Amino acid sequence: MTSTAQGGRDKVSRGKVSSAWRKRLEIAFFVTPALALFALFVIWPIITAVQLSVFRWKGFGPLTDFVGLRNYLTVLNDDVFVDAVIHNLIIVGGSIVVQLPLGLAIALLLNRKMWGQGLLRTIIFVPYVLAEVIAGVVWFQLLQPQYGVIDNLLGSVGLEAPEQGWLGDPELALWTVLVVLTWKYLGLAVILFLAGLQSVPEELYEAAQLDGATWWQVQRTITVPLLGPTMRTWAFLSMIGSLQLFDMVWILTGGGPANSTTTMATYLINQGTQSQNFGIAGAASVILFVIALVMAVLYQQLVLSRDTRPDVVTRKKKTREVIR
Amino acid sequence: MMRKMRGTALVALGSTVALLVSGCIGASSDPDGGDSSENAEAQEFTWWHNSNGGDGEEYYAQVAADFEAETGATVNIEAMEHQDMLTKLQAAFQSGDDEQIPDVYMSRGGGELGAEVEAGLVRDLTEDSADTISTISNFTDQYTVDDKVYALPYSIGLVGFWYNKEIFEKAGITEVSPSPTIEEFDGYVEKLKDSGATPLSVGAGDKWPAAHYWYYGVVRECPYETVEAAIDSADYSDPCFLEAGEHVEDILAQEPFNRGFLTTPAQTGPTSASGLLATGKVGMELAGHWEPTTASDLTADGKVPDFLGWFAFPTFEGQGGDPVDQMGGGDAWSVSSAAPDVAVEFANYLLTDEVQQGFAERDMGLPTNPAATGSLTNETLAQLIPVRDGGGVTQLYLDTRLGQSVGGAMNDEIALLFAGEAGPQDVVDAIQAAAEAEQ
Repeated sequence: MTSTAQGGRDKVSRGKVSSAWRKRLEIAFFVTPALALFALFVIWPIITAVQLSVFRWKGFGPLTDFVGLRNYLTVLNDDVFVDAVIHNLIIVGGSIVVQLPLGLAIALLLNRKMWGQGLLRTIIFVPYVLAEVIAGVVWFQLLQPQYGVIDNLLGSVGLEAPEQGWLGDPELALWTVLVVLTWKYLGLAVILFLAGLQSVPEELYEAAQLDGATWWQVQRTITVPLLGPTMRTWAFLSMIGSLQLFDMVWILTGGGPANSTTTMATYLINQGTQSQNFGIAGAASVILFVIALVMAVLYQQLVLSRDTRPDVVTRKKKTREVIR
Repeated sequence: MMRKMRGTALVALGSTVALLVSGCIGASSDPDGGDSSENAEAQEFTWWHNSNGGDGEEYYAQVAADFEAETGATVNIEAMEHQDMLTKLQAAFQSGDDEQIPDVYMSRGGGELGAEVEAGLVRDLTEDSADTISTISNFTDQYTVDDKVYALPYSIGLVGFWYNKEIFEKAGITEVSPSPTIEEFDGYVEKLKDSGATPLSVGAGDKWPAAHYWYYGVVRECPYETVEAAIDSADYSDPCFLEAGEHVEDILAQEPFNRGFLTTPAQTGPTSASGLLATGKVGMELAGHWEPTTASDLTADGKVPDFLGWFAFPTFEGQGGDPVDQMGGGDAWSVSSAAPDVAVEFANYLLTDEVQQGFAERDMGLPTNPAATGSLTNETLAQLIPVRDGGGVTQLYLDTRLGQSVGGAMNDEIALLFAGEAGPQDVVDAIQAAAEAEQ
């Protein structure tokens, strides 16, 4: 009796073990390709960049000329790189400051039932769908001094365009790039905000209307606060995109004129593939990575964590119940 | 739960490593499978060039076929767009894999070639190509590293002013000197401005076209030996380098350039510097021997504009450099260090009288073999030959000469000079700092 019971337990236990192993193998089977790709295209390039950053390497032969942290010092002491960081931060701030209220206003407008709503939404979103390089080339041609459409339009109404053009004047170039970036990425903000607006319960608006709240009060006290998580997520995406900005700047100005639009990404490409200072480019890329990582983690901890904290979720639920 | 996850993670990690390792092993295994004989391998080689269309591509295919018929070798040709070729070449060198590096390829000489030689990528041709080198000896200087020749220049052109004869005539400039003085040149600019024309276009957005003005300032003010000595010793304190920048400042002070020149590209599209010249929007442009071909690509009918003329960069009174010296550069054939001997034979073949004459007849460049210079059919290009072969030295584009690291820093600073954000001394300082960092 006892031995039979023991045998039965063994079988169950063996069955459990084999099932556990099967599960592990299944997970491994499905996870391995993704892990392999992640290792190949994310981990390995990061390790290579760190490795390159401590060598002087012109792109040929083995890595033999170890220079320690000298490349980092070169990058951090280079005014062009410091300016590039400032330009990136201006674009981070500028994008949020301009696109957030503009995107919100357009989203609120397009959230109303109106004629041509679908068409307007599409028009706003189309620039985001366009490839960045194509959009860049189109804007580059539009902004051509003397022969571009914009200068000609301005001329036709008696306004004078800048002598060196919108992209050729070091004082104006960065702001012009920011305008083009706003045109390109506003659609993303609008679509995300519109999606967020769909999740605001209709009853809240009805209750507010019954209480005699004005349209402005409804937006200020209901819509905007409940759209908070969407706006914070959008701002995070915008920030990371602005820190990594390359394509649009490269097409429009190449970082010029007089380095007035250089970003960290254009700096490292210029140092790497153009000047073959791969060590300096590696150091710049590591610094860019660290800056992006620190900003992302800080944002996650200080801003985004509000949306995931359990107490906040509970409090929100309670608030909703009270409102109901 | 934690232990289970750890176990799973270990299995996943193991599988990942196994996958990567198997991939690596797969990549490093012999692709030939030991089928091809050593003899056949010794007779087969790859040739990369940038004549990727029209007559040029056909001609090179014929040249390779003739060589194959003559020697029994197999030439694997890859004709690419110029920039694509440079990018692919750089990637091949970075891989360090002999299978990836072409056997015969185009070299631009100078510091770039020096870096390749230092990395052991290029074959010394001094002895194997001695006869060819003696034929083209006027041009091998910039392809020589430590007294050894590593590339055979087959086309050397000059940078000079390409101008629109019609716009010049309308501005009342009836006589254009083939080698003007700076006073004469300033006169052209003034007359063009008075007539309402834009005198010059420059693609300062790409930096190097603007930098050509400074390079020419150096050629005019510094004797060739001074430049070479400065490069060898990494000492640019000779005042002639400062004077070069001052000449550029003087030209800039006349405001002769197209609007928006700071972001104008060199050759891309009709609003590029070349496009503005090709479409009759500006009076002239400082550019290399490639300009007629570039201009033809930017005109509606695809033809070289009839109005195109050429004159040399102006000379300055009391200048330190030899007035017959010019600035330019070109292309040469290099052979990689792992290439079979037959590849060297082929590089020599490409410089023979017959092949160079065919090259000149099709206006593919300015041949270096003296037996072929008379075969150029394009009169506009042919007028560069007497200036190039006029007894002076052709200084290689300085960014190529100094190598990409120092050259890049130099071009960046010259772009700032054009933007009014740097002075002549800043350019010299930037070169000095970059050169010292290289030591």
